[in-house]
Amino acid sequence: MLGFILKRLLLAIPTLVAVLTVVFVLVRVVPGDPTLVILGDQASGQARADLRAKLGIDRPIVVQYADFLGQVATGDLGRSLATNRPILDDVAHVLPYTIELTLAAIVIGVAIGVPLGVLAARRRDGVADWFARIVSLLGVSFPAFVSGILLLIVFAVQLRWFPVISTPRTSSVGDRLGSLVLPALNLGLLMVAYVTRVTRSGMLKALGEDYVRTARAKGMGGRVVVWRHALRNVLIPIVTVVGLYLGALIGNAVLTEIVFNRPGLGKLIVTALNQRDYNLLQGLMVVAAFGIILANVLTDITYGLVDPRVTAR
Amino acid sequence: MSAATVTGGPTAWQRARRSPGLVIGLMVVVGMVLVAVFAPWLAPYDPDEQDVVVPLAAPSAEHLFGTDYFGRDVLSRVIWGARISLSIGIVSTAAGVIVGTAIGIVAGYFGGWLDRAITAAADVLLSFPQLIMGLLLVAVLGASTGNLILAIAVTAVPAFIRIARGSTLAMRERDFVDSCRVLGFSNLRIMFGHVLPNIMDEIVVLASLWLATAIRTESTLAFIGLGVPPPTATWGSIVREGFDNLLDAPWLSLCPSLAILAVMIGLNLIGDGLRDATDPKAAP
Repeated sequence: MLGFILKRLLLAIPTLVAVLTVVFVLVRVVPGDPTLVILGDQASGQARADLRAKLGIDRPIVVQYADFLGQVATGDLGRSLATNRPILDDVAHVLPYTIELTLAAIVIGVAIGVPLGVLAARRRDGVADWFARIVSLLGVSFPAFVSGILLLIVFAVQLRWFPVISTPRTSSVGDRLGSLVLPALNLGLLMVAYVTRVTRSGMLKALGEDYVRTARAKGMGGRVVVWRHALRNVLIPIVTVVGLYLGALIGNAVLTEIVFNRPGLGKLIVTALNQRDYNLLQGLMVVAAFGIILANVLTDITYGLVDPRVTAR
Repeated sequence: MSAATVTGGPTAWQRARRSPGLVIGLMVVVGMVLVAVFAPWLAPYDPDEQDVVVPLAAPSAEHLFGTDYFGRDVLSRVIWGARISLSIGIVSTAAGVIVGTAIGIVAGYFGGWLDRAITAAADVLLSFPQLIMGLLLVAVLGASTGNLILAIAVTAVPAFIRIARGSTLAMRERDFVDSCRVLGFSNLRIMFGHVLPNIMDEIVVLASLWLATAIRTESTLAFIGLGVPPPTATWGSIVREGFDNLLDAPWLSLCPSLAILAVMIGLNLIGDGLRDATDPKAAP
Protein backbone atom coordinates (compact mmCIF):
# COMPACT_ATOMS: atom_id res chain seq x y z
CA MET A 1 0.00 0.00 0.00
CA LEU A 2 2.81 2.42 0.94
CA GLY A 3 4.59 1.74 -2.35
CA PHE A 4 1.34 2.35 -4.20
CA ILE A 5 0.90 5.74 -2.49
CA LEU A 6 4.52 6.74 -3.18
CA LYS A 7 4.15 5.82 -6.84
CA ARG A 8 1.01 7.95 -7.15
CA LEU A 9 2.75 10.91 -5.52
CA LEU A 10 5.72 10.64 -7.89
CA LEU A 11 3.41 10.41 -10.89
CA ALA A 12 1.72 13.65 -9.80
CA ILE A 13 4.92 15.70 -10.14
CA PRO A 14 4.95 16.04 -13.96
CA THR A 15 1.26 17.00 -13.88
CA LEU A 16 2.00 19.58 -11.24
CA VAL A 17 4.80 21.12 -13.29
CA ALA A 18 2.51 21.20 -16.35
CA VAL A 19 -0.29 22.88 -14.43
CA LEU A 20 2.11 25.41 -12.90
CA THR A 21 3.33 26.14 -16.43
CA VAL A 22 -0.24 26.86 -17.49
CA VAL A 23 -0.64 29.29 -14.59
CA PHE A 24 2.64 30.97 -15.50
CA VAL A 25 1.77 31.22 -19.19
CA LEU A 26 -1.66 32.65 -18.42
CA VAL A 27 -0.39 35.28 -16.03
CA ARG A 28 2.79 36.31 -17.86
CA VAL A 29 2.60 35.49 -21.53
CA VAL A 30 -1.02 36.27 -22.34
CA PRO A 31 -1.20 39.22 -24.78
CA GLY A 32 -1.83 42.50 -23.05
CA ASP A 33 0.33 44.50 -20.69
CA PRO A 34 -0.39 43.79 -17.01
CA THR A 35 0.88 47.25 -16.10
CA LEU A 36 -1.87 48.74 -18.29
CA VAL A 37 -4.48 46.59 -16.56
CA ILE A 38 -3.15 47.45 -13.10
CA LEU A 39 -2.45 51.17 -13.58
CA GLY A 40 -5.00 52.02 -16.29
CA ASP A 41 -4.21 53.45 -19.72
CA GLN A 42 -3.53 56.96 -18.33
CA ALA A 43 -0.34 55.84 -16.55
CA SER A 44 2.97 57.41 -17.51
CA GLY A 45 5.73 55.39 -19.15
CA GLN A 46 7.94 55.84 -16.09
CA ALA A 47 5.29 54.49 -13.68
CA ARG A 48 4.73 51.49 -15.91
CA ALA A 49 8.47 50.79 -16.19
CA ASP A 50 8.78 50.99 -12.37
CA LEU A 51 5.92 48.56 -11.93
CA ARG A 52 7.48 46.20 -14.49
CA ALA A 53 10.69 46.17 -12.49
CA LYS A 54 8.74 45.64 -9.25
CA LEU A 55 6.82 42.74 -10.77
CA GLY A 56 10.05 41.37 -12.21
CA ILE A 57 8.49 41.15 -15.67
CA ASP A 58 11.26 43.17 -17.30
CA ARG A 59 13.50 40.10 -17.17
CA PRO A 60 13.72 37.44 -19.90
CA ILE A 61 10.73 35.11 -19.84
CA VAL A 62 12.86 31.98 -19.31
CA VAL A 63 14.45 33.50 -16.23
CA GLN A 64 11.04 34.43 -14.88
CA TYR A 65 9.79 30.88 -15.49
CA ALA A 66 12.74 29.22 -13.74
CA ASP A 67 12.43 31.69 -10.89
CA PHE A 68 8.71 30.96 -10.55
CA LEU A 69 9.18 27.18 -10.43
CA GLY A 70 12.05 27.54 -7.97
CA GLN A 71 9.96 29.72 -5.66
CA VAL A 72 7.02 27.33 -5.72
CA ALA A 73 9.34 24.39 -5.04
CA THR A 74 10.62 26.09 -1.88
CA GLY A 75 7.09 26.91 -0.76
CA ASP A 76 7.39 30.62 -1.50
CA LEU A 77 4.38 32.14 -3.22
CA GLY A 78 5.79 35.66 -3.25
CA ARG A 79 4.37 38.76 -1.63
CA SER A 80 1.08 40.50 -2.17
CA LEU A 81 1.36 43.65 -4.31
CA ALA A 82 -1.23 45.41 -2.20
CA THR A 83 -0.17 44.54 1.36
CA ASN A 84 3.39 43.24 0.84
CA ARG A 85 2.57 40.36 3.18
CA PRO A 86 3.77 36.86 2.23
CA ILE A 87 0.96 35.27 0.21
CA LEU A 88 1.49 31.92 1.89
CA ASP A 89 0.58 33.47 5.26
CA ASP A 90 -2.65 34.93 3.89
CA VAL A 91 -3.56 31.60 2.32
CA ALA A 92 -2.68 29.60 5.44
CA HIS A 93 -4.91 31.92 7.45
CA VAL A 94 -8.08 31.26 5.44
CA LEU A 95 -7.45 27.76 4.11
CA PRO A 96 -8.95 25.95 7.15
CA TYR A 97 -12.29 27.66 6.48
CA THR A 98 -12.39 26.48 2.88
CA ILE A 99 -11.32 22.95 3.84
CA GLU A 100 -13.96 22.83 6.60
CA LEU A 101 -16.64 23.89 4.11
CA THR A 102 -15.50 21.45 1.42
CA LEU A 103 -15.35 18.49 3.80
CA ALA A 104 -18.80 19.27 5.16
CA ALA A 105 -20.12 19.39 1.58
CA ILE A 106 -18.58 16.02 0.72
CA VAL A 107 -20.11 14.45 3.85
CA ILE A 108 -23.56 15.86 2.97
CA GLY A 109 -23.20 14.85 -0.67
CA VAL A 110 -22.30 11.25 0.11
CA ALA A 111 -24.65 10.85 3.09
CA ILE A 112 -27.67 11.89 1.02
CA GLY A 113 -26.57 10.99 -2.50
CA VAL A 114 -25.61 7.35 -1.99
CA PRO A 115 -28.82 6.18 -0.23
CA LEU A 116 -30.95 8.19 -2.65
CA GLY A 117 -29.20 6.68 -5.67
CA VAL A 118 -29.55 3.15 -4.25
CA LEU A 119 -33.26 3.62 -3.50
CA ALA A 120 -33.82 5.04 -6.98
CA ALA A 121 -32.11 2.08 -8.63
CA ARG A 122 -34.02 -0.50 -6.54
CA ARG A 123 -37.43 0.78 -7.60
CA ARG A 124 -37.02 2.08 -11.11
CA ASP A 125 -39.60 4.71 -12.07
CA GLY A 126 -40.87 4.63 -8.48
CA VAL A 127 -41.29 7.69 -6.28
CA ALA A 128 -37.66 7.65 -5.08
CA ASP A 129 -36.45 7.36 -8.68
CA TRP A 130 -38.39 10.39 -9.84
CA PHE A 131 -37.28 12.32 -6.78
CA ALA A 132 -33.67 11.35 -7.50
CA ARG A 133 -33.99 12.45 -11.12
CA ILE A 134 -35.42 15.84 -10.14
CA VAL A 135 -32.74 16.33 -7.47
CA SER A 136 -29.94 15.54 -9.88
CA LEU A 137 -31.41 17.76 -12.60
CA LEU A 138 -31.67 20.68 -10.16
CA GLY A 139 -28.20 20.00 -8.76
CA VAL A 140 -26.48 20.14 -12.13
CA SER A 141 -28.56 23.16 -13.18
CA PHE A 142 -28.06 25.47 -10.21
CA PRO A 143 -25.12 27.84 -10.42
CA ALA A 144 -23.66 27.85 -6.89
CA PHE A 145 -24.30 31.54 -6.37
CA VAL A 146 -27.95 31.28 -7.45
CA SER A 147 -28.66 28.39 -5.06
CA GLY A 148 -26.80 30.23 -2.33
CA ILE A 149 -28.87 33.37 -2.82
CA LEU A 150 -32.12 31.37 -2.81
CA LEU A 151 -31.08 29.64 0.44
CA LEU A 152 -30.22 33.03 1.94
CA ILE A 153 -33.56 34.53 0.90
CA VAL A 154 -35.57 31.62 2.26
CA PHE A 155 -33.74 30.68 5.47
CA ALA A 156 -31.92 33.83 6.51
CA VAL A 157 -34.08 36.68 5.18
CA GLN A 158 -37.61 35.22 5.33
CA LEU A 159 -37.46 32.58 8.07
CA ARG A 160 -34.51 34.10 9.98
CA TRP A 161 -33.31 30.66 11.08
CA PHE A 162 -29.67 31.39 10.34
CA PRO A 163 -27.46 34.47 10.45
CA VAL A 164 -27.11 36.28 7.12
CA ILE A 165 -23.49 37.11 7.78
CA SER A 166 -20.95 34.57 8.89
CA THR A 167 -19.44 34.87 12.33
CA PRO A 168 -15.71 35.49 12.87
CA ARG A 169 -13.31 32.92 14.15
CA THR A 170 -13.43 33.89 17.81
CA SER A 171 -17.07 32.87 18.27
CA SER A 172 -18.23 29.72 20.03
CA VAL A 173 -18.42 26.30 18.43
CA GLY A 174 -22.21 26.55 18.28
CA ASP A 175 -22.07 29.80 16.34
CA ARG A 176 -19.49 28.42 14.00
CA LEU A 177 -21.60 25.36 13.25
CA GLY A 178 -24.61 27.60 12.71
CA SER A 179 -22.69 29.73 10.26
CA LEU A 180 -21.47 26.60 8.51
CA VAL A 181 -24.92 25.05 8.01
CA LEU A 182 -26.22 27.11 5.09
CA PRO A 183 -22.94 27.30 3.12
CA ALA A 184 -22.31 23.58 3.63
CA LEU A 185 -25.89 22.79 2.65
CA ASN A 186 -25.54 24.90 -0.48
CA LEU A 187 -22.35 23.17 -1.55
CA GLY A 188 -23.47 19.74 -0.35
CA LEU A 189 -26.81 19.73 -2.16
CA LEU A 190 -25.06 20.48 -5.46
CA MET A 191 -22.83 17.52 -4.76
CA VAL A 192 -25.81 15.27 -3.94
CA ALA A 193 -26.86 15.60 -7.58
CA TYR A 194 -23.65 14.11 -8.96
CA VAL A 195 -23.38 11.37 -6.34
CA THR A 196 -27.04 10.36 -6.81
CA ARG A 197 -26.60 10.15 -10.57
CA VAL A 198 -23.57 7.93 -10.52
CA THR A 199 -24.85 5.74 -7.67
CA ARG A 200 -28.14 5.19 -9.49
CA SER A 201 -26.61 4.25 -12.82
CA GLY A 202 -23.87 2.15 -11.17
CA MET A 203 -26.43 0.28 -9.05
CA LEU A 204 -28.67 -0.37 -12.06
CA LYS A 205 -25.74 -1.96 -13.82
CA ALA A 206 -24.53 -3.90 -10.76
CA LEU A 207 -27.98 -5.30 -10.00
CA GLY A 208 -28.00 -6.92 -13.44
CA GLU A 209 -24.67 -8.70 -12.86
CA ASP A 210 -24.24 -12.43 -12.37
CA TYR A 211 -22.84 -12.21 -8.85
CA VAL A 212 -26.01 -10.47 -7.71
CA ARG A 213 -28.10 -13.25 -9.21
CA THR A 214 -25.84 -15.82 -7.53
CA ALA A 215 -26.20 -14.13 -4.16
CA ARG A 216 -29.98 -14.02 -4.59
CA ALA A 217 -30.04 -17.66 -5.67
CA LYS A 218 -28.19 -18.55 -2.48
CA GLY A 219 -31.18 -17.13 -0.66
CA MET A 220 -29.67 -13.91 0.60
CA GLY A 221 -32.05 -11.13 1.51
CA GLY A 222 -32.55 -8.27 -0.92
CA ARG A 223 -31.10 -5.77 1.51
CA VAL A 224 -27.82 -7.62 2.06
CA VAL A 225 -27.35 -8.11 -1.67
CA VAL A 226 -27.98 -4.47 -2.47
CA TRP A 227 -26.08 -2.78 0.33
CA ARG A 228 -23.22 -5.22 0.79
CA HIS A 229 -22.60 -6.91 -2.55
CA ALA A 230 -23.77 -4.50 -5.22
CA LEU A 231 -22.88 -1.24 -3.49
CA ARG A 232 -19.29 -2.30 -2.89
CA ASN A 233 -18.82 -2.55 -6.63
CA VAL A 234 -20.37 0.87 -7.22
CA LEU A 235 -17.92 2.52 -4.80
CA ILE A 236 -15.25 3.00 -7.46
CA PRO A 237 -17.42 5.08 -9.80
CA ILE A 238 -18.70 7.02 -6.77
CA VAL A 239 -15.16 7.81 -5.63
CA THR A 240 -14.30 8.80 -9.20
CA VAL A 241 -17.18 11.23 -9.38
CA VAL A 242 -16.40 12.71 -5.98
CA GLY A 243 -12.76 13.07 -7.06
CA LEU A 244 -13.62 14.62 -10.41
CA TYR A 245 -16.09 16.92 -8.74
CA LEU A 246 -13.49 18.19 -6.26
CA GLY A 247 -12.18 20.59 -8.90
CA ALA A 248 -15.62 22.03 -9.50
CA LEU A 249 -16.17 21.93 -5.75
CA ILE A 250 -13.28 24.34 -5.23
CA GLY A 251 -14.85 26.73 -7.76
CA ASN A 252 -18.25 26.40 -6.12
CA ALA A 253 -16.74 26.79 -2.64
CA VAL A 254 -15.29 30.10 -3.78
CA LEU A 255 -18.76 31.27 -4.87
CA THR A 256 -20.41 29.97 -1.73
CA GLU A 257 -17.93 31.86 0.42
CA ILE A 258 -18.65 35.05 -1.49
CA VAL A 259 -22.43 34.68 -1.19
CA PHE A 260 -22.38 33.79 2.51
CA ASN A 261 -19.60 36.26 3.28
CA ARG A 262 -17.48 33.51 4.81
CA PRO A 263 -13.73 33.87 5.14
CA GLY A 264 -11.84 31.58 2.79
CA LEU A 265 -10.06 31.34 -0.54
CA GLY A 266 -13.12 32.81 -2.29
CA LYS A 267 -12.95 36.11 -0.48
CA LEU A 268 -9.20 36.22 -1.01
CA ILE A 269 -9.74 35.77 -4.78
CA VAL A 270 -12.24 38.63 -4.82
CA THR A 271 -9.79 40.80 -2.88
CA ALA A 272 -7.07 39.97 -5.40
CA LEU A 273 -9.37 40.86 -8.29
CA ASN A 274 -10.59 44.11 -6.76
CA GLN A 275 -7.07 45.27 -5.93
CA ARG A 276 -5.65 43.95 -9.21
CA ASP A 277 -3.12 42.09 -7.11
CA TYR A 278 -1.63 39.79 -9.75
CA ASN A 279 0.89 38.22 -7.40
CA LEU A 280 -1.87 37.23 -5.00
CA LEU A 281 -4.01 35.91 -7.86
CA GLN A 282 -1.13 33.84 -9.19
CA GLY A 283 -0.40 32.50 -5.71
CA LEU A 284 -4.05 31.52 -5.28
CA MET A 285 -4.03 29.72 -8.62
CA VAL A 286 -0.95 27.79 -7.54
CA VAL A 287 -2.75 26.80 -4.34
CA ALA A 288 -5.82 25.76 -6.36
CA ALA A 289 -3.60 23.69 -8.67
CA PHE A 290 -2.01 21.98 -5.67
CA GLY A 291 -5.44 21.28 -4.22
CA ILE A 292 -6.72 19.70 -7.40
CA ILE A 293 -3.70 17.50 -7.94
CA LEU A 294 -3.76 16.46 -4.29
CA ALA A 295 -7.43 15.58 -4.77
CA ASN A 296 -6.53 13.41 -7.76
CA VAL A 297 -3.85 11.59 -5.78
CA LEU A 298 -6.23 11.08 -2.86
CA THR A 299 -8.84 9.73 -5.29
CA ASP A 300 -6.33 7.19 -6.59
CA ILE A 301 -5.35 6.16 -3.07
CA THR A 302 -9.01 5.78 -2.13
CA TYR A 303 -9.42 3.40 -5.08
CA GLY A 304 -6.82 1.22 -3.43
CA LEU A 305 -8.68 1.36 -0.12
CA VAL A 306 -12.16 0.53 -1.43
CA ASP A 307 -10.99 -2.03 -3.99
CA PRO A 308 -7.90 -4.14 -3.12
CA ARG A 309 -7.69 -5.23 -6.78
CA VAL A 310 -6.37 -1.77 -7.70
CA THR A 311 -3.18 -1.92 -5.58
CA ALA A 312 -2.47 -5.47 -6.74
CA ARG A 313 -1.99 -4.32 -10.33
CA MET B 1 -27.23 9.23 -39.94
CA SER B 2 -25.12 6.85 -37.90
CA ALA B 3 -24.64 3.17 -38.45
CA ALA B 4 -26.61 2.39 -35.29
CA THR B 5 -29.92 3.11 -37.06
CA VAL B 6 -29.83 0.10 -39.39
CA THR B 7 -31.46 -2.24 -36.87
CA GLY B 8 -34.97 -1.07 -37.66
CA GLY B 9 -35.68 0.17 -34.13
CA PRO B 10 -36.97 3.66 -33.52
CA THR B 11 -34.68 6.35 -34.93
CA ALA B 12 -33.02 8.95 -32.77
CA TRP B 13 -35.60 11.47 -33.91
CA GLN B 14 -38.51 9.19 -32.98
CA ARG B 15 -37.05 8.54 -29.55
CA ALA B 16 -36.38 12.23 -29.08
CA ARG B 17 -39.99 13.21 -29.75
CA ARG B 18 -41.22 10.74 -27.16
CA SER B 19 -38.95 12.19 -24.46
CA PRO B 20 -40.94 14.71 -22.40
CA GLY B 21 -37.78 16.18 -20.87
CA LEU B 22 -36.36 17.07 -24.27
CA VAL B 23 -39.61 18.70 -25.39
CA ILE B 24 -39.93 20.75 -22.18
CA GLY B 25 -36.28 21.75 -22.36
CA LEU B 26 -36.63 22.87 -25.97
CA MET B 27 -39.72 24.91 -25.14
CA VAL B 28 -37.96 26.71 -22.27
CA VAL B 29 -34.80 27.44 -24.24
CA VAL B 30 -36.56 28.45 -27.48
CA GLY B 31 -38.88 30.65 -25.41
CA MET B 32 -35.92 32.36 -23.77
CA VAL B 33 -34.20 32.88 -27.13
CA LEU B 34 -37.39 34.47 -28.50
CA VAL B 35 -37.50 36.76 -25.45
CA ALA B 36 -33.92 37.81 -26.21
CA VAL B 37 -34.63 38.38 -29.91
CA PHE B 38 -37.80 40.39 -29.32
CA ALA B 39 -36.49 42.24 -26.24
CA PRO B 40 -37.19 45.74 -27.67
CA TRP B 41 -40.88 44.88 -28.10
CA LEU B 42 -41.31 42.79 -24.95
CA ALA B 43 -39.58 44.95 -22.35
CA PRO B 44 -42.08 47.36 -20.76
CA TYR B 45 -39.36 49.97 -19.99
CA ASP B 46 -35.98 51.11 -21.22
CA PRO B 47 -33.57 48.87 -19.25
CA ASP B 48 -31.17 51.71 -18.49
CA GLU B 49 -33.78 54.39 -17.78
CA GLN B 50 -33.41 55.58 -14.19
CA ASP B 51 -36.40 56.71 -12.18
CA VAL B 52 -35.24 58.22 -8.90
CA VAL B 53 -38.81 58.42 -7.60
CA VAL B 54 -39.15 54.64 -7.25
CA PRO B 55 -35.81 53.14 -6.15
CA LEU B 56 -36.06 49.60 -4.75
CA ALA B 57 -39.82 49.45 -5.37
CA ALA B 58 -41.43 46.13 -4.50
CA PRO B 59 -43.06 44.11 -7.30
CA SER B 60 -46.31 45.76 -8.42
CA ALA B 61 -48.59 45.96 -11.47
CA GLU B 62 -46.40 48.73 -12.85
CA HIS B 63 -43.09 46.97 -12.22
CA LEU B 64 -43.76 43.22 -12.18
CA PHE B 65 -40.38 42.40 -10.63
CA GLY B 66 -39.85 45.71 -8.87
CA THR B 67 -37.14 48.27 -9.49
CA ASP B 68 -33.47 48.36 -8.55
CA TYR B 69 -31.39 50.86 -6.61
CA PHE B 70 -31.49 53.34 -9.49
CA GLY B 71 -35.22 52.87 -10.10
CA ARG B 72 -34.63 50.79 -13.21
CA ASP B 73 -37.29 48.22 -14.08
CA VAL B 74 -35.88 44.79 -13.18
CA LEU B 75 -38.08 42.84 -15.62
CA SER B 76 -36.90 44.99 -18.53
CA ARG B 77 -33.29 44.56 -17.48
CA VAL B 78 -33.68 40.78 -17.27
CA ILE B 79 -35.32 40.71 -20.72
CA TRP B 80 -32.51 42.76 -22.24
CA GLY B 81 -29.94 40.85 -20.21
CA ALA B 82 -31.06 37.66 -21.95
CA ARG B 83 -29.53 39.04 -25.17
CA ILE B 84 -26.04 39.45 -23.73
CA SER B 85 -26.06 36.33 -21.55
CA LEU B 86 -27.39 34.02 -24.26
CA SER B 87 -25.25 35.42 -27.07
CA ILE B 88 -22.02 35.25 -25.07
CA GLY B 89 -22.91 31.65 -24.21
CA ILE B 90 -23.79 30.67 -27.76
CA VAL B 91 -20.84 32.37 -29.48
CA SER B 92 -18.25 31.09 -27.01
CA THR B 93 -19.63 27.54 -27.12
CA ALA B 94 -19.68 27.58 -30.92
CA ALA B 95 -16.08 28.78 -31.03
CA GLY B 96 -14.96 26.18 -28.47
CA VAL B 97 -16.81 23.37 -30.27
CA ILE B 98 -15.37 24.23 -33.69
CA VAL B 99 -11.76 24.61 -32.53
CA GLY B 100 -11.84 21.69 -30.09
CA THR B 101 -13.53 19.30 -32.49
CA ALA B 102 -11.15 20.16 -35.32
CA ILE B 103 -8.08 19.62 -33.13
CA GLY B 104 -9.56 16.44 -31.66
CA ILE B 105 -10.30 14.93 -35.08
CA VAL B 106 -6.79 15.72 -36.30
CA ALA B 107 -5.27 14.16 -33.16
CA GLY B 108 -7.39 11.02 -33.38
CA TYR B 109 -6.99 10.63 -37.14
CA PHE B 110 -3.23 11.00 -37.39
CA GLY B 111 -2.29 9.51 -34.00
CA GLY B 112 1.41 9.24 -33.11
CA TRP B 113 3.37 11.98 -31.37
CA LEU B 114 0.92 14.66 -32.49
CA ASP B 115 -1.90 12.81 -30.75
CA ARG B 116 0.16 12.28 -27.60
CA ALA B 117 1.14 15.96 -27.42
CA ILE B 118 -2.41 17.21 -27.98
CA THR B 119 -3.90 14.73 -25.50
CA ALA B 120 -1.37 15.62 -22.82
CA ALA B 121 -2.04 19.34 -23.28
CA ALA B 122 -5.80 18.79 -23.15
CA ASP B 123 -5.48 16.70 -19.99
CA VAL B 124 -3.51 19.40 -18.22
CA LEU B 125 -6.08 22.04 -19.19
CA LEU B 126 -8.90 19.75 -18.10
CA SER B 127 -7.33 19.26 -14.69
CA PHE B 128 -8.08 22.93 -14.02
CA PRO B 129 -11.61 23.62 -12.83
CA GLN B 130 -13.39 25.35 -15.65
CA LEU B 131 -14.56 28.25 -13.49
CA ILE B 132 -11.09 28.96 -12.03
CA MET B 133 -9.57 28.87 -15.51
CA GLY B 134 -12.19 31.28 -16.89
CA LEU B 135 -11.72 33.55 -13.90
CA LEU B 136 -7.95 33.67 -14.33
CA LEU B 137 -8.23 34.36 -18.09
CA VAL B 138 -10.74 37.19 -17.72
CA ALA B 139 -8.81 38.69 -14.81
CA VAL B 140 -5.62 38.75 -16.87
CA LEU B 141 -7.20 39.88 -20.16
CA GLY B 142 -9.59 42.42 -18.64
CA ALA B 143 -13.39 42.16 -18.57
CA SER B 144 -15.00 42.90 -21.93
CA THR B 145 -17.48 41.06 -24.13
CA GLY B 146 -14.77 39.84 -26.50
CA ASN B 147 -12.48 38.65 -23.71
CA LEU B 148 -15.34 36.85 -21.94
CA ILE B 149 -16.17 34.98 -25.14
CA LEU B 150 -12.50 34.14 -25.65
CA ALA B 151 -12.02 32.94 -22.07
CA ILE B 152 -15.13 30.75 -22.02
CA ALA B 153 -14.31 29.33 -25.47
CA VAL B 154 -10.78 28.44 -24.34
CA THR B 155 -12.13 26.52 -21.35
CA ALA B 156 -14.44 24.56 -23.69
CA VAL B 157 -11.72 23.52 -26.15
CA PRO B 158 -10.05 20.67 -24.17
CA ALA B 159 -13.38 18.94 -23.45
CA PHE B 160 -14.22 18.83 -27.15
CA ILE B 161 -10.70 17.77 -28.10
CA ARG B 162 -11.08 14.78 -25.81
CA ILE B 163 -14.48 13.64 -27.06
CA ALA B 164 -13.75 14.27 -30.78
CA ARG B 165 -10.44 12.44 -30.48
CA GLY B 166 -11.99 9.44 -28.77
CA SER B 167 -14.78 9.13 -31.31
CA THR B 168 -12.39 9.60 -34.23
CA LEU B 169 -10.15 6.83 -32.90
CA ALA B 170 -13.13 4.48 -33.04
CA MET B 171 -14.11 5.66 -36.54
CA ARG B 172 -10.61 5.35 -37.95
CA GLU B 173 -10.79 1.57 -37.78
CA ARG B 174 -14.09 1.40 -39.64
CA ASP B 175 -14.31 0.06 -43.19
CA PHE B 176 -15.72 3.22 -44.71
CA VAL B 177 -12.59 5.15 -43.79
CA ASP B 178 -10.44 2.50 -45.50
CA SER B 179 -12.71 2.71 -48.54
CA CYS B 180 -12.21 6.46 -48.66
CA ARG B 181 -8.45 5.96 -48.55
CA VAL B 182 -8.59 3.40 -51.36
CA LEU B 183 -10.61 5.88 -53.41
CA GLY B 184 -7.73 8.32 -52.95
CA PHE B 185 -9.60 10.94 -50.90
CA SER B 186 -7.41 13.50 -49.21
CA ASN B 187 -6.97 13.28 -45.43
CA LEU B 188 -8.78 16.58 -45.05
CA ARG B 189 -11.78 15.28 -46.99
CA ILE B 190 -11.93 12.04 -44.99
CA MET B 191 -11.63 13.84 -41.65
CA PHE B 192 -14.19 16.55 -42.18
CA GLY B 193 -16.36 15.06 -44.91
CA HIS B 194 -16.69 11.53 -43.56
CA VAL B 195 -15.47 11.16 -39.97
CA LEU B 196 -17.04 14.40 -38.70
CA PRO B 197 -20.65 13.58 -39.73
CA ASN B 198 -20.34 10.24 -37.97
CA ILE B 199 -19.19 11.64 -34.65
CA MET B 200 -21.62 14.58 -34.78
CA ASP B 201 -24.12 12.93 -32.39
CA GLU B 202 -21.75 12.99 -29.46
CA ILE B 203 -20.50 16.47 -30.25
CA VAL B 204 -24.06 17.85 -30.31
CA VAL B 205 -24.93 16.24 -26.97
CA LEU B 206 -21.82 17.64 -25.31
CA ALA B 207 -22.37 21.04 -26.95
CA SER B 208 -25.87 21.36 -25.52
CA LEU B 209 -24.59 20.55 -22.04
CA TRP B 210 -21.63 22.85 -22.55
CA LEU B 211 -23.89 25.72 -23.56
CA ALA B 212 -25.35 25.49 -20.06
CA THR B 213 -21.83 25.59 -18.61
CA ALA B 214 -20.91 28.61 -20.75
CA ILE B 215 -23.98 30.60 -19.70
CA ARG B 216 -23.36 29.62 -16.10
CA THR B 217 -19.72 30.72 -16.33
CA GLU B 218 -20.67 34.07 -17.84
CA SER B 219 -23.25 34.76 -15.15
CA THR B 220 -20.88 33.56 -12.43
CA LEU B 221 -18.05 35.78 -13.61
CA ALA B 222 -20.48 38.71 -13.84
CA PHE B 223 -21.60 37.95 -10.29
CA ILE B 224 -17.99 38.03 -9.06
CA GLY B 225 -17.53 41.34 -10.86
CA LEU B 226 -15.73 40.15 -13.99
CA GLY B 227 -18.61 40.60 -16.41
CA VAL B 228 -19.43 42.96 -19.26
CA PRO B 229 -18.83 46.45 -17.80
CA PRO B 230 -21.91 48.33 -16.46
CA PRO B 231 -24.44 49.70 -17.19
CA THR B 232 -25.04 46.84 -19.67
CA ALA B 233 -27.44 44.39 -18.12
CA THR B 234 -26.53 40.71 -18.05
CA TRP B 235 -28.22 38.17 -15.80
CA GLY B 236 -25.19 37.72 -13.57
CA SER B 237 -24.61 41.46 -13.16
CA ILE B 238 -28.28 42.06 -12.24
CA VAL B 239 -27.99 39.36 -9.55
CA ARG B 240 -24.83 41.06 -8.32
CA GLU B 241 -26.50 44.48 -8.14
CA GLY B 242 -29.48 42.97 -6.35
CA PHE B 243 -27.24 41.06 -3.96
CA ASP B 244 -26.09 44.32 -2.37
CA ASN B 245 -29.72 44.99 -1.39
CA LEU B 246 -30.68 41.43 -0.58
CA LEU B 247 -32.10 42.24 2.86
CA ASP B 248 -34.32 45.14 1.72
CA ALA B 249 -35.21 44.00 -1.78
CA PRO B 250 -34.72 40.25 -2.33
CA TRP B 251 -36.75 40.37 -5.58
CA LEU B 252 -33.88 42.13 -7.34
CA SER B 253 -31.75 38.99 -7.24
CA LEU B 254 -34.66 36.59 -7.45
CA CYS B 255 -35.89 37.48 -10.94
CA PRO B 256 -32.57 37.16 -12.81
CA SER B 257 -31.67 34.10 -10.71
CA LEU B 258 -34.83 32.35 -11.85
CA ALA B 259 -34.09 33.29 -15.48
CA ILE B 260 -30.62 31.71 -15.21
CA LEU B 261 -32.05 28.66 -13.49
CA ALA B 262 -34.76 28.19 -16.14
CA VAL B 263 -32.22 28.21 -18.97
CA MET B 264 -29.90 25.85 -17.06
CA ILE B 265 -32.72 23.35 -16.47
CA GLY B 266 -33.88 23.66 -20.08
CA LEU B 267 -30.41 23.04 -21.51
CA ASN B 268 -29.70 20.13 -19.18
CA LEU B 269 -33.04 18.54 -20.13
CA ILE B 270 -32.11 18.95 -23.80
CA GLY B 271 -28.63 17.50 -23.24
CA ASP B 272 -29.92 14.48 -21.30
CA GLY B 273 -32.78 13.95 -23.76
CA LEU B 274 -30.42 14.09 -26.74
CA ARG B 275 -28.02 11.67 -25.10
CA ASP B 276 -30.80 9.19 -24.42
CA ALA B 277 -32.11 9.63 -27.97
CA THR B 278 -28.76 9.13 -29.70
CA ASP B 279 -27.54 6.35 -27.41
CA PRO B 280 -30.29 3.81 -26.68
CA LYS B 281 -28.05 2.01 -24.18
CA ALA B 282 -27.73 5.09 -22.00
CA ALA B 283 -31.50 5.51 -21.64
CA PRO B 284 -32.60 5.45 -18.00
